[in-house]
Amino acid sequence: MNIELRDPEIVMKLSKLGSFHQSKLSFLRSFLKEFKDWEYKRDLFELNEFGHGIAVYSFKKNEQVYSLICFANQLDEKERSDRVIATKWDAAFTLHDGVPTKKDIERLKKEVPKQEVGRLSYKELTLSRANKSVRIFNHVVEKLSEGKQPDISLLLSVGYLYRTTAVYGSGKFGLADRFRIKDREEIYGPFRLEMMLVYLVRQFTFDQVNHVAKKRNPKKAISLDLEICRNLGIGNSTGLGMAPFIVNHPTLLNNWVLARETVLKKIREIRKVEKKDSDLFIKYLKSSVKNIISWNTESEYQQIKIGSLLNDLGKFISFIEKDFNFSNEFAFNEIYLWLENNSDDECIEYIVSMMMEPYDQIVNPLISKMSSEEEQYFNIPTNRTVLDLKNILEDKYKKLLKIDFSRNENNQNFWFISKNKEEPRLADRFEEEGSELEQPLAIARDIKILYEALSVSKNSHTIDRFLLKNNHLRHVIRRAFIIEKFPYSEIQDNTIGKSIVPIDMLRLKLSFFGALKFDPRSDKWLRICMFQGAPLPEQLKNHDDSWVYN
Amino acid sequence: MKSLSEIDTVSKRASRATGFEWGVAEEVGKNIRMLEMLGISGIKNLNYYYKIRSKKKFEKIILINKENKKMQFEYCPITAGVNFLDQVRSLENLNEIKFQNLAYPILFLPFISRASEVVGKKIFLKIDNKDFLLNYNNSIYSNSLTGGIVTIGNNIEIKFLDNLDSFDDNEWKELYKLSEKTFVEENESLKKSGAGAGLNDND
Repeated sequence: MNIELRDPEIVMKLSKLGSFHQSKLSFLRSFLKEFKDWEYKRDLFELNEFGHGIAVYSFKKNEQVYSLICFANQLDEKERSDRVIATKWDAAFTLHDGVPTKKDIERLKKEVPKQEVGRLSYKELTLSRANKSVRIFNHVVEKLSEGKQPDISLLLSVGYLYRTTAVYGSGKFGLADRFRIKDREEIYGPFRLEMMLVYLVRQFTFDQVNHVAKKRNPKKAISLDLEICRNLGIGNSTGLGMAPFIVNHPTLLNNWVLARETVLKKIREIRKVEKKDSDLFIKYLKSSVKNIISWNTESEYQQIKIGSLLNDLGKFISFIEKDFNFSNEFAFNEIYLWLENNSDDECIEYIVSMMMEPYDQIVNPLISKMSSEEEQYFNIPTNRTVLDLKNILEDKYKKLLKIDFSRNENNQNFWFISKNKEEPRLADRFEEEGSELEQPLAIARDIKILYEALSVSKNSHTIDRFLLKNNHLRHVIRRAFIIEKFPYSEIQDNTIGKSIVPIDMLRLKLSFFGALKFDPRSDKWLRICMFQGAPLPEQLKNHDDSWVYN
Repeated sequence: MKSLSEIDTVSKRASRATGFEWGVAEEVGKNIRMLEMLGISGIKNLNYYYKIRSKKKFEKIILINKENKKMQFEYCPITAGVNFLDQVRSLENLNEIKFQNLAYPILFLPFISRASEVVGKKIFLKIDNKDFLLNYNNSIYSNSLTGGIVTIGNNIEIKFLDNLDSFDDNEWKELYKLSEKTFVEENESLKKSGAGAGLNDND
């Protein structure tokens, strides 16, 4: 049976993308698989009694070394903020390419804590900073120094000791450009070095908390239980800075979503599902429910989604146990069709992720295809005709072309770059100033303008001729020729409408990172947890990839 | 040192700020990134051009001809470059194209380099006494790659080069003959089994 890939017009709607969950394709899971054979080492750990100082951690294989350099600093209570206005953090980190020399560390000591206003070099690959969850960190120090383990329920209610507030890579602030490292096989998957940084930061948080407790009470202090460590991750606060990324990298977005859709298609096409695979699917499905039950958020928006997910999952598990037979042909296709008729997007996409669990042989070959050589698709094929372009628009942007942008609610917002932080932001066009400096992220609106211009042009004209009078539409002409080849490259929604929920854009990206427990703090930023339940660096060899559900 | 990613982003934003459309600004970002990667002064020329652009008028050439003669003002290298790139498939038929009075011609160069890739032909570009051989946007060979600002190109010549070998037939044959020394002379047995055929070719 040939199953069609799901329709991009449905998959690429923001409400759908905002319902994606982590999966076997997620970058943090593929990172752990790739680096499980690497030699992990703590090379330097020079912290004072308060946990301030420098630490270096590394992964090494053959001659290749990646080193995380940590700078933990004293931070006044009043200065601690996750918001972008912050200029100081509890700790700052960079991932260095190779073994840092003393000179490198001295240089980085001056620059890394400054973050956006510091300067890195081509020898550094990623940059980040993090703040303590003070309540949790202090509790753990206090208990460990008394020779006791901390209150597990308190720890799990938060899920981490530290949360990062930004992770930068790919040439920002002088960091190495991607072209310098892109041919290294170990980093073929997207964001692999960002994942490495976050993973090693997690280990630093455990080492630091143990160190501070020990210094406080050298005779009595014990170390944080390894099982508790494993069940803690790293938090992350993420704002709008991440949202335009998926608009600005259309071929990359396509490759992520296409990988997911291809896996789903292949699983639905399995005629006979083997018992070991259906057993694994059911096992992980049931054990994963605890991740949802322990998903805490004060966001009403997310609470409704979690409620709907739990409700639908209950119905689904009941269906599987009572009414379903895995010996039916194309069992996963039947499951998928049942979900479409009986569940909301949150549950459908949850089960899609779960379906991947038994199928390493389908998932693994696609992981290395999730990067993109974007430059190859930059040139506009100006020898194509107006008719060609019009056909592409009618075929690929059907729903977007129906939006009436003369109505204020469809044109309500504009994206701009904040002068203070050089980060993307969203504002009301009719309330705020600055819309004349709008970023080119209103793709639906500009595609519609392009369509109107094409409609009054001669079909046989070539695009170079069309551009003579319409160069203001060049940015969307480029995109239209990209979507022709990359069907999942475009969000099929209005990114400037009144009803836009920007965190849906963040959720899409974070789900591919492998984040759990999305916790929206507003419609524009959220907190997540990464690597919760993941093996510790010492446990990486032969780790079980299903750690997410253990 | 600035990363190429920063160079791309800042060039793009500066281009937009100076009045170019976003799509054109994207082209400039990529171009300056390429120039700087090759060690050619992209940022310097762009910065100086944008400083003067707010004070002076420039000709915005739209349709490129075989001879683009001197007009009242200097030609804008970005408008000329974008349109050259867009129209290159038809311009290729003209074989040779000339411009007079092109401002900051280094900013024009990457468009021609990319055009070379689009048509699959090497392009020879002459900016007064500076020669550039543009190889399918993979590399640039020049007698003048020293840094610096070039404020004007009085005479610009662009030649599309035919895809011809750079060697004669005899030189090829000699080298080919040498390469044959890596081959094994097949005896009857090897002929039968070497290509992986079975005992019966039709089995």
